[in-house]
Amino acid sequence: MSVKVVLPSAFEKHTSGTREIQSQAANLVQLIAEIESSFPALKPHLRDADGKIRRFINFYVNDEDIRFLGNDKYEFKDGDEILVIPSIAGG
Amino acid sequence: MASAYELRCRECGRRFGNQPLSICDDCFSPLEVQYDMEAARQTFTRAAIARGPVSMWRYQAMLPVSEDFVPTTPTGMTPLLAAPRLAKRIGAANLYLKNDAVCLPTLSFKDRVVSVALAAARNFGFDTVGCSSTGNLANAVAAGAVRLGLKTYILVPADLEMAKVLNTQVYGATLVRIDGDYDRVNRLSSQIAERYHWGFVNVNLRPYYAEGSKTVGYEIAEQLGWTLPDNIVVPMAGGALITKIRKAFAELIELGLVEEKKVRFFGAQATGCSPISTAVKSGADHIEPQRPKTIARSLAIGNPADGTYAIRAIRDSGGWAEDVSDVEIVSAIQELAESEGVFTETAGGVTTAVAARLYAHGKIGRDDLTVLAITGNGLKTLDALDGKLEERPAIPARLADFEALVAEDQELKRLAGGRAALAVEGSYVR
Repeated sequence: MSVKVVLPSAFEKHTSGTREIQSQAANLVQLIAEIESSFPALKPHLRDADGKIRRFINFYVNDEDIRFLGNDKYEFKDGDEILVIPSIAGG
Repeated sequence: MASAYELRCRECGRRFGNQPLSICDDCFSPLEVQYDMEAARQTFTRAAIARGPVSMWRYQAMLPVSEDFVPTTPTGMTPLLAAPRLAKRIGAANLYLKNDAVCLPTLSFKDRVVSVALAAARNFGFDTVGCSSTGNLANAVAAGAVRLGLKTYILVPADLEMAKVLNTQVYGATLVRIDGDYDRVNRLSSQIAERYHWGFVNVNLRPYYAEGSKTVGYEIAEQLGWTLPDNIVVPMAGGALITKIRKAFAELIELGLVEEKKVRFFGAQATGCSPISTAVKSGADHIEPQRPKTIARSLAIGNPADGTYAIRAIRDSGGWAEDVSDVEIVSAIQELAESEGVFTETAGGVTTAVAARLYAHGKIGRDDLTVLAITGNGLKTLDALDGKLEERPAIPARLADFEALVAEDQELKRLAGGRAALAVEGSYVR
């Protein structure tokens, strides 16, 4: 099983320009762990002082906010496209 | 500071100069414009403002535009109206309306933010601008871009009110209707802004754009004779307006234009899309996104970008947030029109109905000086009133028939004994 993960341009300088990865992660927790181990330079920027993922970072699965799908409990499906968008705009 | 203003991260404080960018690439938090306040002490004075144009551009020294910027439209400086008749109906004694239903050129407060964003777009050399919008922003971008000769791509939810669609297309804008709610439109806009070298007013130009909202606050203070109100009730969609009015008041205090005062901020949402008011009422400090289902489509943002800052502004100020049903929104639109001659769109109905509830629940004191932010025009959401107003049969063009009609009216009025007072505990019904 594999999912496609699209990273935002704001991550670029911490990922040596990588914008897209394939991941075998089964859920959001595993995906974040994988991103952190693949891009160690990104890791300190992803979490706040309490070690939590920063609240402005949003995850979408096939265009749906992952919080509507159960967040950490959502099991990724083969071919899912995961979109990471920091600090949504709008309003 | 090299310039009179620059971008700074709202969380980690890192400085970014001036560029089309809305996100800190260190902590992924939003950026905000900060000013050289020492320089502003010389340029942003009551006297200098009084010499300025009768528009929001009288506050140009505290807006992120270049010194030689020449505005093309007299946006802003909308009326601050005393509202004694509405006040009486909802149990208030010192009530005002900040009436952006008549803001130029497209009749909503979004004209303010767009005029600043488009100035930035031109400064950065963009030839195409865009936005994701619930309607009013689309209208404002479409009209504003024409006057600056910019091309447009405007993204809206497919089910937007017809008036807001027409009021965008008439300016020759490229309107793209997207299947899905605003939050989907918004997410797509973030992706587009990364792909194309365009100025998206509420994405990569957002820090500049949002500063335009401050002028609502500056104007209220100046129109009150350089004093601040006790309370302000503000509709919330993305949550930026309420936080920027607070920023405006704080800047006026810091620069000595008004005396220090703790203004209480009250946020208004529709119950069908109430992520911010729900968080405020439950004591949460973060937003749980919602799927919007309300006639107040201009406020239908289920994942508000400035939600956490709005919560903070409300809580730190000692204010509160409330949300009201669609039925209450329509009643409030009619109530505001009948009592004060101001016809607002659904968002203004939300603000008015929430204000009535805040008074009824004692959250706002009767004698407090309170301002309601009316942000848009009722002509844009006429469908909300479909079937709500009595349609009388036509009468022949004869004086006798008219006299019969008047006599019938007087009889009806006598039987009804006048309309009952409006504010009912816990609701807002006619």
